[in-house]
Amino acid sequence: MTPTYRYLEEIATADIAFEAWGATREETFLAAADATLNTMVEDIGTIAPLERRLFSLAADSLELLLFELLQELVYHKDADRLLLRVRDLRIEETGSGYRLHADAIGETIDRARHPLLADVKAVTLHRLSVEKTPSGWRAVVVLDV
Amino acid sequence: MDAGGGCAVPVPVDIVRLSDTVWEIPVSHKAGMLVPARVFATEKLLSEFDDGVFEQITNVATLPGIVGHAFCMPDGHWGYGFPIGGLAAMDPGHGVISPGGIGFDINCGMRLCLTNLTYGEVQPRLRTLVDRLAGRVPAGVGVEGTVRASRDDFREAVEQGARWAVKRGYGWQEDLERTEEGGCLAGADASRVSEKAIDRGYRQIGTLGSGNHYLEIQVARAENVFDPDTARAFGIVLPDQVVVMFHCGSRGFGHQVATDYLRVFLAAMRGKYGIHVPDRELACAPFLSPEGQDYFAAMKCAVNMSFANRQVILHRIREVFSEVFGKDPTELGMRQVYDVSHNTAKIERHVFEGKPRELLVHRKGATRAFGPGMPGLPDVYRETGQPVILGGSMETGSYLLAGVDTGAGAFFTTAHGSGRAMSRTAARKRYRGRQLQEQMEERGIYVRTASWSGLAEEAGPAYKNVDDVVEATERAGLSRRVVRLLPMGNVKG
Repeated sequence: MTPTYRYLEEIATADIAFEAWGATREETFLAAADATLNTMVEDIGTIAPLERRLFSLAADSLELLLFELLQELVYHKDADRLLLRVRDLRIEETGSGYRLHADAIGETIDRARHPLLADVKAVTLHRLSVEKTPSGWRAVVVLDV
Repeated sequence: MDAGGGCAVPVPVDIVRLSDTVWEIPVSHKAGMLVPARVFATEKLLSEFDDGVFEQITNVATLPGIVGHAFCMPDGHWGYGFPIGGLAAMDPGHGVISPGGIGFDINCGMRLCLTNLTYGEVQPRLRTLVDRLAGRVPAGVGVEGTVRASRDDFREAVEQGARWAVKRGYGWQEDLERTEEGGCLAGADASRVSEKAIDRGYRQIGTLGSGNHYLEIQVARAENVFDPDTARAFGIVLPDQVVVMFHCGSRGFGHQVATDYLRVFLAAMRGKYGIHVPDRELACAPFLSPEGQDYFAAMKCAVNMSFANRQVILHRIREVFSEVFGKDPTELGMRQVYDVSHNTAKIERHVFEGKPRELLVHRKGATRAFGPGMPGLPDVYRETGQPVILGGSMETGSYLLAGVDTGAGAFFTTAHGSGRAMSRTAARKRYRGRQLQEQMEERGIYVRTASWSGLAEEAGPAYKNVDDVVEATERAGLSRRVVRLLPMGNVKG
């Protein structure tokens, strides 16, 4: 599958910025999750589906919902040393904002099989955006590495 | 797009030149500025700043309770909320505290350790040393440290800092007095920290991290000693003496504390406190509010985690040198010179407008640089001023500086590094990690890395010229040069 994200060099001097896109909000969120993972691991195809975590997250805007999703990936990387790919992601609107449910499947970091890149410290709010475009949705994220 | 980074832009037209290294942007520059913004830079560095610096430092000047000026150091570049190199002192009574003024990597800092070995003695064993250091000080994504600590042990560690580590045999008592704040910031309260932060941190004591974090064996060449008397006081006494410098922070624990409170402040700021800031990354709360005090107590835990982390790493460095040279670390003269923080907010006493005043000093990518005789300095450095450790790129070199009396004008603060000039993504496109390693080896620098692309991102040209930055701090009266240190071997995170 062609990645639906690209890294941006013109912003975030000391860190990593990317844009991700998709036909739906869900596809865009999945692309952003892969882009975050790809900041840490050179080939995300090397991550075997061995362990599963369920994400159930809420936020009052789509941007902050994306922030929460990506932050979960950063959290599990340190807390359980897990590299997780997100799938089966659903976004619902609630009275006060949005809710997200997703499966995250992956495995423990294995340096022999997962060539590692940068350690993501945090997802930032800088330039964080999720917006509708004529062809679908687009997100911009800056990660602190 | 608004505030960006990476490309040099014309400096603001209304910037005023106060001297050849001090520039001021008046309050009329932007609606909401409460104080002027002051930038320390030579004309050359000023012209090389990215547009983020001017945008962000003038945003900082709008924060409630800011005192004097919003400052930017000569190594300034685009950051989140504050620029890297940002300094702001707030009135603790009516001012705010902002995680954006501290950074995600709370108490990221530098530590420098001496040896009584010379270049000639270390060079033949350089590879062994670097390889063993890389094994003993884990670096890179998702690594665990070499200290076994339960979650409860970890809670103690983050309240006690480097003292916790020394109590457990990781280091010497004298290391503590040679660490900013004695290696423990008082008032840290682990009950203000989330379980998630504990989850991320409790297995990471003794790890280096990645990005621009590194551990480096360096040499002090005789021709690079600018002030022999101060160098002697700092322990640099031999020609071609070898030292070890490292740069790291509070790891996942500090990052989670910062993230948790960014969320809290974002929610409380507008609704509860009616504060409006020009950038979400400047989310803040009144220092004396429950949110402000909770964050302050949690941030101090991250400060202490970082001190404990660097304390354990120092111990590992001593172990490796001791094994390789078959001597006790004391016989090898492995005393710590100092440990400085460059991402913190602290209550400090400063003289402002002729009167002593307590201030909440935010330093983000900026180093405290106390002048001679100031309280808080250990006796050994009372006459010299505080040692300041400034890390350059892995290819070009670093500096040991000293704090000066004239630093009072900027709350005794100086630069922290050479400052990035090229984005990581751009550097990765231009340089190749393996090739860079070979080129450095040809120049006698042996480097080990946890990530080839990470190595490429740290190539020398990705940074400003460290000599320019240091010269600017000296001419601006922020700190003075003592010794320039050249890289020999590097473990890159």
